[in-house]
Amino acid sequence: MQMSGAQMVCEAIIAEGVKTVFGYPGGAIMHVYDEIYKQNGFEHILTRHEQAAVHAADGYARATGEVGVAMVTSGPGFTNAVTGLATAYMDSIPMVVISGQVPLSLIGTDGFQEIDAVGISRPCTKHNFLVRSLEELPRILKEAFYLARSGRPGPILVDIPKDITVEIGEFKYPDSVHIPSYKPTYKGNNRQIEKAVEAIKKAKKPLLYIGGGVVLSNAYKLVRELAEKTQIPAVETLMARGVMGAKNPLLLGMLGMHGNYASNMAMSETDLVISLGARFDDRVTGKLSEFAKYADIIHVDIDPANIAKLVDVDYPIVGDVAQVVQKMLPMLDDVNTDRYQAWREILKRYDELHPQSYVDSDEVIKPQWAIERLGELVGEQAIITSDVGQHQMWAAQHYPFDRPRQWINSGGLGTMGFGLPAAIGAKRAHPEKTVINITGDGSILMNVQELVTAAEYKIPVINVILNNHFLGMVRQWQTFFYDKRYSETDLSYQPNWKQLVEACGGIGYDVTTKEEFDAALQDAIEQDKVCFMNVAVNRFENVLPMVPAGGALFNMMLPPKIEKEGEK
Amino acid sequence: MTNSNDERRVISVVVMNESSVLARITALFAGRGYNIESLTVAPIPYTDMSHITIETRGNARVMEQITKQLHKLIPVYKVIEHEEMVEKEMVLVKFPIAENLSDIAALASAYNGGIVNVGKEMVVAQVADEPKRVKHFIEAAERYNPCEIVRGGVVAIER
Repeated sequence: MQMSGAQMVCEAIIAEGVKTVFGYPGGAIMHVYDEIYKQNGFEHILTRHEQAAVHAADGYARATGEVGVAMVTSGPGFTNAVTGLATAYMDSIPMVVISGQVPLSLIGTDGFQEIDAVGISRPCTKHNFLVRSLEELPRILKEAFYLARSGRPGPILVDIPKDITVEIGEFKYPDSVHIPSYKPTYKGNNRQIEKAVEAIKKAKKPLLYIGGGVVLSNAYKLVRELAEKTQIPAVETLMARGVMGAKNPLLLGMLGMHGNYASNMAMSETDLVISLGARFDDRVTGKLSEFAKYADIIHVDIDPANIAKLVDVDYPIVGDVAQVVQKMLPMLDDVNTDRYQAWREILKRYDELHPQSYVDSDEVIKPQWAIERLGELVGEQAIITSDVGQHQMWAAQHYPFDRPRQWINSGGLGTMGFGLPAAIGAKRAHPEKTVINITGDGSILMNVQELVTAAEYKIPVINVILNNHFLGMVRQWQTFFYDKRYSETDLSYQPNWKQLVEACGGIGYDVTTKEEFDAALQDAIEQDKVCFMNVAVNRFENVLPMVPAGGALFNMMLPPKIEKEGEK
Repeated sequence: MTNSNDERRVISVVVMNESSVLARITALFAGRGYNIESLTVAPIPYTDMSHITIETRGNARVMEQITKQLHKLIPVYKVIEHEEMVEKEMVLVKFPIAENLSDIAALASAYNGGIVNVGKEMVVAQVADEPKRVKHFIEAAERYNPCEIVRGGVVAIER
């Protein structure tokens, strides 16, 4: 069929089954927007900033597992999108971002709104394309979606010069792709898997180390089955919260810099790490030479470059976590679960010794209380997004995540301003679910303009601002490591939150007591409008436990011990 | 990023011959802090592929990461970390015509080369040999006051 390049873009999006596109128009992408106006195969959500468009597509992708799509114009439109691309890249999120570019004849002339988009995005995309002719456009679009979702997923940029979007040509969307140099390994080497299973059977203190790859590979049921069958305890990374389910007795908690005592001690004492879709990030390992010092390591990862990048691995398995675990399960039929009984008891005692706790207060709302209360009130049925900082860590520590894709946050890049647009994307994907963005008084202002988007499209996202009038995480480091010199972290000067959100078409709640918290949340759910719950929390609360950067995992700063009755 | 454990290695990378593929490779080295000591690139005859030869330094872990990260690039077909290889490098050296031409010719021929151009004021010698020998040639040529030295970078093929 004959059509313009702009139409081809729309047809490809429809053919890929995408229902929602987030974006922001501009000069170089106008022809595509003209075609968007004419079609009705997908909806377009106009965010108020390109960064937010990409985060929203990202939130949509994380909530559904499908490819998120964002569209921006050339020059500043694209550069604004870069943080969004990098955020998705670090967390391996499948996404296609389409950017306009100046016409082919102007490329390289410093034309108006010209920037080298493929040059800038090279290190923060899985792959990128500059379309050089109309003939290659359908193939590139097909490849972009394929690359985004296959292998280790990631964001793909397709940069399209304006003249190509006007040009008319024959459109036939390819049924399949042919990229001979790209062949991801899914299956996992059988011999290696057998060896790993033998190691599991021989171990005394094995530990499942579960990462975001399990979420991406939709392998959580298999991983739960693996834990169940073997009765091996598990720790989750920040990206894997929800995989095991908060109520699972085998789950010790989150490990790493803000991991709980039992998880970090388990990693320090285990004799066999079974790493599933995790990448030994520095926030997880602490001091590498002390990390899992007494353990052999099984590392299952779809990306060979992750294996042996930071730690030496004894049983490397390149493959998709779901497929590898599927193969492991029948081989473990004869596993002796009693073998790990003593180990489970040690870990249970560790957890009793220093449980994930905080000292509650009657005078002021503790941020941890707010998170736990959210868990009690909306629990399983909500999707939680977050920004970056103390509130993110408290959410990861205290919210009872029950399933994967329930917890959406920027783990690898740590992008403040991610939460609200990501929540918009997640809510659009799951309108039936309550979507709550747990945020701070620092982060929320980094994409606060998206209140307007949420109000316009009636996307009722609840923003719970844990407001401590500080850039809290940096303040915490200043308290511990910079002699309390609070350089540029005091956020005492604040907007009027209620007025701010109302000016954008939402509702504001100022919350200072626990009663107000419950009432505000209930009202927010009933009102079904975008809102701010401005929760005044204890100013100097710290995220604990904490492993100081570069320290060994077992050297944790612990929260004050709560004395139980009859205990001294 | 260099230290005493770093070993000299030669890697061949076979890539799809498309625009910006070289930029992807050099950006990878720059972004991840790996070294490029020399680099050559040319299309492979009768194919739509190119052969890139990179001379680099690094310890075993770094080399493993370099190979894996290169592999991850979408247009990369094949990465060969050379063990048993034939490697050659070419160098062109320009000398003033006043220098002893027969000495220069003898020197160049000792290193698989010769004089390839004689102009009014300058003479150009060419040598193609193993990189180590090319280095020796350049040292030996010092005494004839070379005014310009252009090295070509290593090309290698597995034996």
